[in-house]
Amino acid sequence: MDAFLHQIFSGLANGCIYGSVALALVMIYQSTHHINFAQGELATFSTFIAWALIERGWPYWGAFFATVGISFAMGVLVQRLILRPVEKAPILTNVIVFIGLLVIFNSVAGWIFDYTIKSFPSPFAQKGPLATAWFSAHEVGSALVMLCVLGALYAFFRFTPIGLAMRAAAQNPDSARLVGIRVSWMLAMGWGLASAIGAVAGMMVAPVVYLDPNMMGGILLYGFAAALLGGVDNPGGAVLGGFIVGVLENLLGAYVIGTELKLSVALVLIVGTLTLKPNGLFGKHVVTRV
Amino acid sequence: MAKLLQATGLCAYYGPTQVLFNVDFAIEAGQITTILGANGAGKTTTLRAICQMVRTTGSIQIEGQELSGKATESVVRLGVAHVPDGRGTFTALSVEENLKLGGYVRRDRAEVARDIEKAYERFPRLAERRHQQAGTLSGGEQQMLAISRALMLRPKLLLLDEPSFGLAPLVVAEIFRIMRRINEEDGVSMLVVEQNASLALGLAHHAYLLETGSVALSGPSDVIQRDESVRRAYLGH
Repeated sequence: MDAFLHQIFSGLANGCIYGSVALALVMIYQSTHHINFAQGELATFSTFIAWALIERGWPYWGAFFATVGISFAMGVLVQRLILRPVEKAPILTNVIVFIGLLVIFNSVAGWIFDYTIKSFPSPFAQKGPLATAWFSAHEVGSALVMLCVLGALYAFFRFTPIGLAMRAAAQNPDSARLVGIRVSWMLAMGWGLASAIGAVAGMMVAPVVYLDPNMMGGILLYGFAAALLGGVDNPGGAVLGGFIVGVLENLLGAYVIGTELKLSVALVLIVGTLTLKPNGLFGKHVVTRV
Repeated sequence: MAKLLQATGLCAYYGPTQVLFNVDFAIEAGQITTILGANGAGKTTTLRAICQMVRTTGSIQIEGQELSGKATESVVRLGVAHVPDGRGTFTALSVEENLKLGGYVRRDRAEVARDIEKAYERFPRLAERRHQQAGTLSGGEQQMLAISRALMLRPKLLLLDEPSFGLAPLVVAEIFRIMRRINEEDGVSMLVVEQNASLALGLAHHAYLLETGSVALSGPSDVIQRDESVRRAYLGH
C-alpha cells in the first residue's frame, strides 16, 4: 500500500511538470492553432542558460529568475524574427519551421554546452522542511513552484488589461485590432510566456532527469499527451491532463508494463484521445450555427 | 463646417479584385452620415477601407492625418471605432470584459470605469448581464454591447455596419433612437451603412448612394429622400 501511494504521489509531482509543459503548448495553440514542436528544446536551452549561470557562481534563485527573464525575451524574439514572416503561410510551413527550430536549438545547445550529461542542482535541501514520507523535498518544492506559476498565470490572464487583451487577440484577432490591440505583439507575448513556463519546467525537471540536450524529449511527449487529454484549447484542462498523465504513467510503469515501456503510455494516450475523444476530456466541443 | 474625415480617389481591393473605384466622400464633424446601396455596392468595404482592413489606394484623412497605409490598430488609436458586420463581440468573454476591451487603448482608468457605468445606464439590459458571456446574449443585446464597446474608445468617428441586421423592428427602433441620442448628446460623429434606406435616411444628416463601387448620388438626407430614382429603387414607394 505504501509503495502504491508513493507511486501516486510521485506521479502527481511529475504531473506538475507535464501540466506546465502542456500549458505552454496550449498557450501557443490557442492564439495560433499551431502545436509548437520546439517547446521542449527551447526549455532545454533555457535550462542550459541557468546551468551556465550557476556554474559562474550565481546564487540559485538569481539564476532562476534571470533565466525566466532571458527565456521570455528569447520566446518573443523567436516569434518576431522567425514565426512572424510565416504567420499567414499554410500550416505545413509552420510545422516545418517548428521542426527546424527544434533541430537548431538542440544542436546549438549541444554545440555550446556539449552532449555530456550534467547534474543540475535542486534548490530544495534533501533533509529540509519540505521532505515528507511520501514526497522528496524536490518533488514538493517543484510542485509548489509550478503551482505558483499556474496561479500567477491565472491572475495575469484574469485580472490584468494585457492578459485580457491577449485572450481577446487569441479569440477574435479582427475584433481585437478594432479595439486597438496590437495582435501581433500579443502573439509574441504568448511565445514569451510559453518559453518562460518551459524554462521553469526545465529547471524543475533537470535535477531528476539530468541535463543534456535531449532532456525534454520524453517530457514533451508526456506534455503533448497531457494537452490533448485535457483538451488542447483549455488551459485548466491541460494542467489536469498533466496530473492524470503523471499518475497513469507511474502506476502503469510500476505495476503493468514496466518502466522501460513507460513512454508508450504517452503515445497510447495521444492516439487514444485523438481517435476516441478528439476534443479531449475538458475541451470545448465547438458547434457552429450555419 | 469642419470636415472630420475626407476620402479622395479612394479605391479598395480584395486581392486582385477592385471593389471601390475613386470614391470621394466627406464626413462633417458632429453629424451622422449614411452610405446606402444595394448588396455588393461596396458599403461594408468603404468602412473596412477607412479602418485599413482591406488594401486601398487614394487618400483618407481624419482631421488632416492620413490613414492610408496605417495598421488597423493605429487607425483605431486615432479615434475611429468600428462596429463591424456580425458585431464582432468577443463571445467567450463577459459583457464587462468586452466593455473593458473597448477602452483598452485609453490610459485614464478612472474615466474608463465611469464610461462603463454610463454604458450600463444607457442599456440597462447590459448591466443585468454584465458577468454573462457575450455569446449568450440575444441579437439585440449583442448589438447594444457592440455599440457600447465602440463608444468606450470615446471615438471621434463611429463606424456602424448594418446596425439593424437580423433584429426585430422594435429592437431596431430602440437602437436607432439611442444612436441619435449618442450623436446629439455626446456629439459623436457617425458613418452608418444600412440596407434599410428609409431608416438610415431618417437618422442621418447626409447621405451617399453607392452603386457598384462608385458614388452615384450624394446630398442632405431630406433631399436624397425626395429623389425620384432613390425612392423607386431603395425606398419602394
